[in-house]
Amino acid sequence: MKIGVFVCHCGENIGKTVDCPRAAQESAKIPGVVISVDNKYTCSDPGQNMIKNAIKEYNLDGVVVASCSPHMHEKTFRKAVASVGMNPYMCEIANIREQCSWVHDDVEEATKKAIDLIRIAVEKVKRNFALTPIKVPVTKRALVIGGGISGIQSALDIANAGYEVVLVEKEPSIGGHMSQLSETFPTLDCSQCILTPRMVEVYQHPKIKLLTYSEVEKVEGFIGNFKVTIKKKPRYVDETKCTGCGLCTQKCPIKKAPNEFEQGMIKRTAIYVPFPQAVPNIPVIDNTVCTYFRTGKCQMCVKVCGKEAIDFNQKERFVVEEVGAIIVATGYSLYKIDKKPKDSPIKGYGEYGYGIYPDVIDGLQFERLASASGPTAGEIKRPSDKKEPKKVVFIQCVGSRDESKGFSYCSKICCMYTAKHAMLYKHKVHDGEAYVFYMDIRSGGKMYEEFVRRAIEEDDVKYIRGRVSRIYEDGGKYIVKGEDTIAGIPVEIDADMVVLATAIVAQNDSKKLAQTIGIPYDKYGFLNEVHPKLRPVESSTAGVYLAGACQAPRDIPESVAMASAAASKALVLFGSDMLEREPTIAKVNESTCAGCFYCQKVCAYNAIEKKEIKDRNGNFVKYVAYVNPGLCQGCGTCNATCPSKSVELIGYTDEQIFAEINALATL
Amino acid sequence: MYTIGYYPGCSLTGSAKEFDKSLRKICDLLGIKLVEIEDWNCCGATSAHATNHLLSVSLPLLNIKKAYKQGITKILAPCAACYNRLVTAQYELTKNNLVKKELSEFLENDYNSIKVINIIEFFQEIIKEGILDKKVVSLKGLKVACYYGCLLLRPKEIIDFDDSEQPSSMEEIIKITDATPVDWNYKIECCGASHSIAHKDIVVDLIGKILGDAQKHSADIMVVACPMCHSNLDMRQLELRKNEGYKSIPIIYLTELIGLSLGLSPEELGINLHFIESRSVFEKYFSKVEVQL
Amino acid sequence: METNINFEPKIIAFVCNWCTYTGADLAGTSRLKYAHNVRIIKLPCTGRIDPLFIIKAFEKGADGVLVSGCHPGDCHYTSGNFHARRRWILFNQLLNFAGIDNRRVHFSWVSASEGRKWVDVINEVIETVRKARPFVGYSKMNKEYVYNE
Repeated sequence: MKIGVFVCHCGENIGKTVDCPRAAQESAKIPGVVISVDNKYTCSDPGQNMIKNAIKEYNLDGVVVASCSPHMHEKTFRKAVASVGMNPYMCEIANIREQCSWVHDDVEEATKKAIDLIRIAVEKVKRNFALTPIKVPVTKRALVIGGGISGIQSALDIANAGYEVVLVEKEPSIGGHMSQLSETFPTLDCSQCILTPRMVEVYQHPKIKLLTYSEVEKVEGFIGNFKVTIKKKPRYVDETKCTGCGLCTQKCPIKKAPNEFEQGMIKRTAIYVPFPQAVPNIPVIDNTVCTYFRTGKCQMCVKVCGKEAIDFNQKERFVVEEVGAIIVATGYSLYKIDKKPKDSPIKGYGEYGYGIYPDVIDGLQFERLASASGPTAGEIKRPSDKKEPKKVVFIQCVGSRDESKGFSYCSKICCMYTAKHAMLYKHKVHDGEAYVFYMDIRSGGKMYEEFVRRAIEEDDVKYIRGRVSRIYEDGGKYIVKGEDTIAGIPVEIDADMVVLATAIVAQNDSKKLAQTIGIPYDKYGFLNEVHPKLRPVESSTAGVYLAGACQAPRDIPESVAMASAAASKALVLFGSDMLEREPTIAKVNESTCAGCFYCQKVCAYNAIEKKEIKDRNGNFVKYVAYVNPGLCQGCGTCNATCPSKSVELIGYTDEQIFAEINALATL
Repeated sequence: MYTIGYYPGCSLTGSAKEFDKSLRKICDLLGIKLVEIEDWNCCGATSAHATNHLLSVSLPLLNIKKAYKQGITKILAPCAACYNRLVTAQYELTKNNLVKKELSEFLENDYNSIKVINIIEFFQEIIKEGILDKKVVSLKGLKVACYYGCLLLRPKEIIDFDDSEQPSSMEEIIKITDATPVDWNYKIECCGASHSIAHKDIVVDLIGKILGDAQKHSADIMVVACPMCHSNLDMRQLELRKNEGYKSIPIIYLTELIGLSLGLSPEELGINLHFIESRSVFEKYFSKVEVQL
Repeated sequence: METNINFEPKIIAFVCNWCTYTGADLAGTSRLKYAHNVRIIKLPCTGRIDPLFIIKAFEKGADGVLVSGCHPGDCHYTSGNFHARRRWILFNQLLNFAGIDNRRVHFSWVSASEGRKWVDVINEVIETVRKARPFVGYSKMNKEYVYNE
């Protein structure tokens, strides 16, 4: 075997700590290496050409590039070697940047380590063999999870490109948090006015199958070939019969359930439509409060429904959908500071009295107060006595950027929406005073800083830099005690109402969903992208894409941009009929397999099947294991489990790994 | 018989004698045995943690070590400062490897199995166990402002028996006396005790706010669980009293309030030792006692 | 016996591609520093780790071995790390029974976002193995074998 070693300096990144020329010289001594050179930037065009030329010149069988992490440029170099006819799987990377030069200071030791890492890679390449990618068909249909603005955008983009979309929403209506907002920054246009047409478009689109009040239960398969089980929760209203006349919701005698859409500030009936513009405009029965479900009596809705659409016997139904791509757009929820979970590290903000004082509210509650369709029809009134507050204090960063009581991250949208809130308040209550307590103003974005300045300069919102230590009630006023860190003095404001910009947190079931789909999430429960800069909408599971605030706090323009990006990723996938998959999967040696099927027990993908072996006369000889190449993901657990070593994971065979360990004999 | 280790600390032998006295009386009455840690030493509050971190941890741990040798498994530290030091030292021992390393020789053992509780937790426990269930005198109609101060609930990483910002445990306990806890705003504000001697003006301002808010919420008395808070609010109130028209509010210990409801007399509990006279507030209840007795 | 306590132990780490390898990459991207005497062997999943790899590592002169993968529930392959953990628990006991100090064999979960944890794990492993002193089991065995022949 003839192997070429190419040691990259990566400018100074590797060259500073690893003596690359020496590493190349030492590597040349490894048996089988016929050429070993160092290079300033191997990933550059000249660098790649150097490899290509060497392959031709020395007739190389294998290539080792000692450079950055294989997660960075393995693909680049494999493509390069393939362009001159070498099988791409004959190229291996020795990671001497992320796992060597960047983490060590000692040149001598780092160089020794780099040589070791190259040796490991060379020994592996020697035992590599040519592989061809596996081709699998692609189901050209997408699943979008979450019907907020991100999910809506993704679904519309894919559907408009001519592919079918299944849109799953766990609430009775699509629309998400955006439908709750009053106006949007920085343009102050009405949120529902721009959102509702899109919701209707989704509903009427021939290519979109809308499943509201439904949740994803199980995801099987892999990119291009997912099989998704969706649970349809019972609405107790027949969607095919209901006309959305609304008579049932008017007549329902139970009127005391908290209205989720209005953030609990008013009540709703037991049979209800979440909000007037809901899509679909079909009511749902809340069986925890409905009299019929509690006592077996009432049935008022049945009596008034002319279409006989009420069906108390509805049960959970499971729908199975086959799709090629999944877009997760499940959004966020707000940090509820009154109810802190017991096992949570979050200690809450008891000193702000949220949940104790009725007029200490959160941002979404204020959105509803300011919304023309909200409980006060857009007039700013205190929840407690319905009076117009003359002094409102807005507190930013409640839970954000506060490790001791909340989360260390910035929730990103609060600076902007607080400015918007203060502005809306001033527009509605001309003689009112608005105060904002802030840490920093983070208004990066088109027209964002101008918007905040407008709040301060034109609308006379008083910004105080500092934190609030306590809020307490005194004679009908809320005394907000804080600090003005610019003036260096303590301040006390006797407010009529306090609005807390509470942190954006991951949906409480985001971890469960992530585990169902098999995608990673961070310590806060936000879903992880595979690369924060270059692949921001892809999860590490192929074929699963992320859009919107499920990945991190996002504002509307960003969510929409991500949603379209995720949709385009799905469309790229749908662009070809067959999909190439990594050939590094398990393979059974049928002559030694004893048919114990331990491998079948440990396989998480049901990729191992029973295969009959017959002799030439067609008589049954034995059963052996067979790996379905379409299902195998290449984890290799079967390989480690097999007692007779009859399953091998191609690309990570025992021989290869032992060779890698052996290469360290001189460690 | 309910037995518990007892760490009085310096306050309860000096300025807060009545805290000690009332606690012992209650325990006698309820059949609780207080086992005082033999040869207990200073807990290191006030000065040790400003002088030497290791010393501030070693002093309380030395007490816990002594308790351990005596076979005590649970220590009651009624003084909030002592309590704070003892639990902080235990916390440091688990979280701070440096401290652990330094003290390993001296410690000989892991003392985190010994639970240190404060006076509120003590009452919570004996109520739960059914030891404190009788009540001789109903204090119905008495409006009480429960004041927690700073040391009892903070830092919240270490102490978590109650919400550090919106506490309610003391209110729960005094319900047993039939007294009514008032909802007020200064439960956990600083009383300024550490400045009580050097910066009297600051302290008078601070306690003026605290006492003022309690009175605004129509409290008849204020109940405390910390000797520093007590001496500060009780003693420095004399300054406030110089203002014309100032109506003073008696400051009493939680143990004293419980003691009263158990039928003990103010003198037995040491209430007569306070600066601010409280007999007038309790008179109507005492008369009933005498009738009952 | 304390004379050897300052030696530089050789550690071989078997890590999964998705979590720990990426976490180790993150340590690099974040320019965190850790001890140089560890060599990583990348596998698709900790489930791929055959106990024999660990034996082989010791045979080839490693003083300590680290197995590290995704946190429970986060395995890229759903459950490979659970199989690895079970295997490791049993195998660790066997090694212990065979006289290999269990300070030499380590197991950890390091996710792709835990570059800092990777550094801490490596440094801790190295310190622990250092206390266990150089591994001479195999070389001694080889010598005895030759002698008996």
